[in-house]
Amino acid sequence: MTKTSMTTRRTLLKSAAAGGLLAASPLMGRFASAQSSAPIKIGFQQHSTGIGAAYGRWYGRTTEAAVKLINDGGGINGRPVEIVAEDDGTDPKRGAEVVEKFANQHNCDVAFGTLFSHVVYGSAPAAGEQKLPYFVVSEGHHVASGALNRYTLQPGITDVKSQVQAMAPYVAENLGKKVTMIFPDFAFGHDHRDFFTAAIEAQGGEVLEHIAIPPTETSFTKYFPKIPRDTEVIYHVMVGPAVLTFVKELGEFFGPSAPAIFGFIDSLEAVDMASPGLEFLEGTYFWEGNPRYAQADQTSHDKMFRAAVGVDDNGASLSDSKDVSTYAHMFGCWETLHVIKAGMEAAGYQGPEDRAKLIEAVEAMTDMPESDAHPQGPKLFNGKTHQVFGVQYISRVEKGKLVKVHTTSIEDTLYEDEVDYTTMSF
Amino acid sequence: MSISTKSFALHAGLIAVLFALGFLLPTYHQGNLARIMVLATYAVGYNVLFGYTGLLSLGHAMFFAAGMYGLGLAMHLGGLPPVPAFIIGLIAAAALSTIVALLALRTIGVAFMIVTLMFSQAVFLTILYLGTYTGGDEGFVIAQSSRQILGYDLTHPLTRYMAALFVFSAALLITARMMQASFGQVLIGVRENEERTTMLGYDVFRHKLASVIISGTISGAAGATYALLFGYVGATFGSVQYSIFPLLWVLLGGAGTTIGPLVGAVFMFYLIDYSSGLTNAYMLIAGVVLVLLTLFARAGLVGEIRKRWIAWLP
Repeated sequence: MTKTSMTTRRTLLKSAAAGGLLAASPLMGRFASAQSSAPIKIGFQQHSTGIGAAYGRWYGRTTEAAVKLINDGGGINGRPVEIVAEDDGTDPKRGAEVVEKFANQHNCDVAFGTLFSHVVYGSAPAAGEQKLPYFVVSEGHHVASGALNRYTLQPGITDVKSQVQAMAPYVAENLGKKVTMIFPDFAFGHDHRDFFTAAIEAQGGEVLEHIAIPPTETSFTKYFPKIPRDTEVIYHVMVGPAVLTFVKELGEFFGPSAPAIFGFIDSLEAVDMASPGLEFLEGTYFWEGNPRYAQADQTSHDKMFRAAVGVDDNGASLSDSKDVSTYAHMFGCWETLHVIKAGMEAAGYQGPEDRAKLIEAVEAMTDMPESDAHPQGPKLFNGKTHQVFGVQYISRVEKGKLVKVHTTSIEDTLYEDEVDYTTMSF
Repeated sequence: MSISTKSFALHAGLIAVLFALGFLLPTYHQGNLARIMVLATYAVGYNVLFGYTGLLSLGHAMFFAAGMYGLGLAMHLGGLPPVPAFIIGLIAAAALSTIVALLALRTIGVAFMIVTLMFSQAVFLTILYLGTYTGGDEGFVIAQSSRQILGYDLTHPLTRYMAALFVFSAALLITARMMQASFGQVLIGVRENEERTTMLGYDVFRHKLASVIISGTISGAAGATYALLFGYVGATFGSVQYSIFPLLWVLLGGAGTTIGPLVGAVFMFYLIDYSSGLTNAYMLIAGVVLVLLTLFARAGLVGEIRKRWIAWLP
């Protein structure tokens, strides 16, 4: 089957009328009896509006490209894949409603795609109650922490705990051991504070000062005098529109004699590195989930992935060089869809009655070698914690571009299991 | 038939219809209506203050959140069963509304709006600041296994629906009865002409104080119910957005009508649900509809029906 389909609810509504006509026709009997040819319906919980809209746009493009590839290759178990996209408004209440809609109105086989952690938290109970496998692409630690349920999995993107932990050895060895952390004073920032502080101490380093910035802050200059003079590394994870102001004011504060600076690219996802005010980032370091700029040692898998999604060598859209992608995260949609495919094929998935088999099949997965299905790099899935682990990248800003300087091992990202979902009943 | 008898028949009939719908609706809409009834309970609480007393609050999300976190933290951290946790949620909302009322009622008009907004923002930021306990912006999940009362699984669709109906019905009947009583009539007097009500010898401050507390506590009951039935507690519910929603629902349905909050919540929910299928700019559609309603049905849907056709509508 080579059907390519990215069905939004809009097209679904339009086709509902046609579906009614089809149902009344004699042809319908033939399709209905051939159940195995019916599409596999995957509910795509998309941040089309709200604070996550930039991510949602690129998650959508990546999903569309992955589904095209899967369908061109014969679909899943010989059945075409159909994506049913619903906007969750990046809101946890709407997210839960959307999950219920996937399960009860669209009759989706599984749901996937959520990025923002609060939407995952808000939606996961609905997924558990509806017994709908829910594959999130969030990088939150929520799944592996054991806070959710057996129906929620994160097999396509690593979590923040493993990412942060894996940065510490490089920072300690190459940038310095005396760190000052600047982070937003809410859960995302607190995760970085807690995980990195422990990780850098394990490397013999220390955090001299934790500077928490209230989420409503728009100017940051008054916080910079709190940075101790003997700071060797500034670790920052500011997010949202204020990040440009943050970088500009940090540059003005330090001038040319700044300590080493390390940040998470989350701050600048979908932001053009050539934006005014970002010149100060020259020579600073970033974690990247997947290198935005095509690197000298680019793999054939990354080349294929980039072309399929429509991203140029600078990480921007092929049709608009100002439309910068969320490259460090969006591969997660691609890889998750391939995991769903592999899981359904391993489980011999036929329909919703096989959802438990699908989850068990994914739980049984371990090694995921670097391939066209996993273009970001090799991965190791932990079936007990429902969380995947994989390599991380550190890049340095050189002439306005991010150049990869280090690739972690998967072992750098591992930590003790905090839950065993396989012991929970369905 | 007296107006009070007609009013009773209307409310009893509405509850009976909602009860029947629990068995008749397809699963998806049954789930939606359960959620809408919880949100409508919130709007019923808001209506007590805005619709009947004439006090416009822009900070009611703090009361919803107080009930939600009161129950949520009691279950999540304290390990309490749902009923005592629900009572703690009510106490939290009542306590917060008392404190806010004592301070905010020193102001009137626009100042009251701003003060309630600022208090609500303070509560929202406190939730974020105490992230170690509250889960911050991410919030936390209440385990499915703990959401049971007397052996009834509140995560079962029909049980959940009936629980939502129970809470909504209680809020509806309490407020309907309250507005028939002299206490409610004084609240309406405050709304229509505060000076005259004072001149007639009523203690306006005490009535407004009671109105804020009742309104806040019902809103808190809605927050606690939402957490219990849907298993999630999060700071989003304490944000400004969730202070605006009940205002919209009440305005749409009809301020100062007993069934208006439910009608407004149903209308708004399905307006967004269906319009999001047409365009990503669905909030624009919602905005246009709101403008049209403001222009052509200024009293809201139920309010217009009362104004034009059925004058006895409570």
